[in-house]
Amino acid sequence: MLRSKQKPFEEILRYLEGENRVFILGCDGCAQASGTGGPVQVAEMKSKLEAEGKTVTGTDVVPFLCEKALIKSRLARKAKAVMSADSILVLTCGVGIQAVAASVNKLCHPGCDTQNLGGSRGEWPGSERCAECAECVLELTGGICPLTACTKHLLSGQCGGASKGKCELSPDRDCGWELIYHRLKALGRLDKLSYLAPPKSWAKMAPDPAIMSSPEYALEMPAVKEASGE
Amino acid sequence: MSLRSDLESGKFVITAEIGPGKGTDVTEIAEVAELLRGRVTAANVTDQQSSVMRLGSLATCHLLVDHHLEPVLQMTCRDRNRIALQSDLLSAWVLGVHNVLALTGDLPHLGDHKDAIGVYDLDSVQLLSVISRLNEGYDMMGNELQGKPDFFAGAVVNPGADTEASFDLQLFKMEKKIKAGAKFFQTQAVYEPDKFARFMKRVEGFGVPVLAGVIPLKSVGMARYMNKNVSGVFVPEETIQRLAAAEDKTRAGIDLCAELIRDLKDLCQGVHIMPIGWEKRVPEILDKAGL
Ligand code: SF4
Ligand code: SF4
Repeated sequence: MLRSKQKPFEEILRYLEGENRVFILGCDGCAQASGTGGPVQVAEMKSKLEAEGKTVTGTDVVPFLCEKALIKSRLARKAKAVMSADSILVLTCGVGIQAVAASVNKLCHPGCDTQNLGGSRGEWPGSERCAECAECVLELTGGICPLTACTKHLLSGQCGGASKGKCELSPDRDCGWELIYHRLKALGRLDKLSYLAPPKSWAKMAPDPAIMSSPEYALEMPAVKEASGE
Repeated sequence: MSLRSDLESGKFVITAEIGPGKGTDVTEIAEVAELLRGRVTAANVTDQQSSVMRLGSLATCHLLVDHHLEPVLQMTCRDRNRIALQSDLLSAWVLGVHNVLALTGDLPHLGDHKDAIGVYDLDSVQLLSVISRLNEGYDMMGNELQGKPDFFAGAVVNPGADTEASFDLQLFKMEKKIKAGAKFFQTQAVYEPDKFARFMKRVEGFGVPVLAGVIPLKSVGMARYMNKNVSGVFVPEETIQRLAAAEDKTRAGIDLCAELIRDLKDLCQGVHIMPIGWEKRVPEILDKAGL
């Protein structure tokens, strides 16, 4: 389970500046449970964007956006609507956004911030990783998380330690910023590398105490109680 | 003469690097400071270079001030969070340290405390923005300072980035560093003037002075080691062969370095010598280079 929160609508509008056509993608897994990207929120987002004069070329809610095979097969059916959009707005966790960005050659905007669940993560099928930073910056990086893909979690670009596309840490590890570069280049959006990223709020990364007493945090608790006869 | 005024007036500037040792013995630093004074405009002091724990850059810079050698405080983002970085900057200013070089910093993994956490609360571009903000009289949260510094801030760039992506990424980052307040650049070690000339062509339009980094070669082993392990550094085989053929390696190393400096002189605004243990030979290198 990953828990997300929708980004402020103004921020989403900023991401969409200069773009008229957008495809909205939600997730029926954790995002539905978080109330951020299920069918209801996708429909809401569609009318809000249309009220702002945007054309929504289509929407879809995929069972698990962290599953690339599912994304591809589902979106294939709506290929026309997806490809005729300038970009995709993805309403789900950081893993889902990254999985979509890795599957479709289209700029993906993150519509949600993924919040820290204090270690209660469970499993997801994708190879994408999200550090639950509560301030998703995938907008700047073509949908590859610099917090997990870059060993130093740098926001401003590659450090001087990269060698032949690999990270200073080890020749077995890809340099996250090279991956980001290639993704942005393929999207024709290298201009995103010129943006001065503000320092992160690490404070937001601490799990919210309210989340830690929620069912998402302790899905296994009732079972434990049952077993112990409580 | 100061780093800022020399660079602003368009003089060809020479800087050198000093690496503090592990421990409290500062005799060598004093000796090196005496030798370098008058020969270089300013001396960088490295900050826990290669993530090996040593005497600090700030204290060493302060010693250089006492020896009337202008210091450049190297500051990495590896070991301090934003509170400590800002505080150390204020401390530097009151200790008479007026130049700062902002760096990301190698991973702790490369050094002698491999289990340490790498902080990277800010990155080098963000650190430069913070320095600019302090210069305006505010901390990064917008709180007003009682008395403000006026740092001359610089940054680094790696002209030898070894993939096309990496080269482009270096240029994007260099531009961001300039936007954030970098007034000069010192580069990773250069050994190929032709390649460096191409790099300079690309960054000419940025209008910020670039000091080419040079590291004198002490042995064939060192050259091969750097080629294998140091990102963006490439010593051409021809250079290695010349060193290998020489009877007196020290002489040859000095000659090669002086020759390189002469080749680089017309391409950029200065040179930055990183002697790595050969600090005391810097005057000899400069004599040979005719500087
Ligand atoms: S930036 Fe990375 S860590 Fe933060 S929410 Fe997005 S994917 Fe997760
Ligand atoms: S080499 Fe690449 S992935 Fe590794 S720390 Fe530097 S920028 Fe990040």
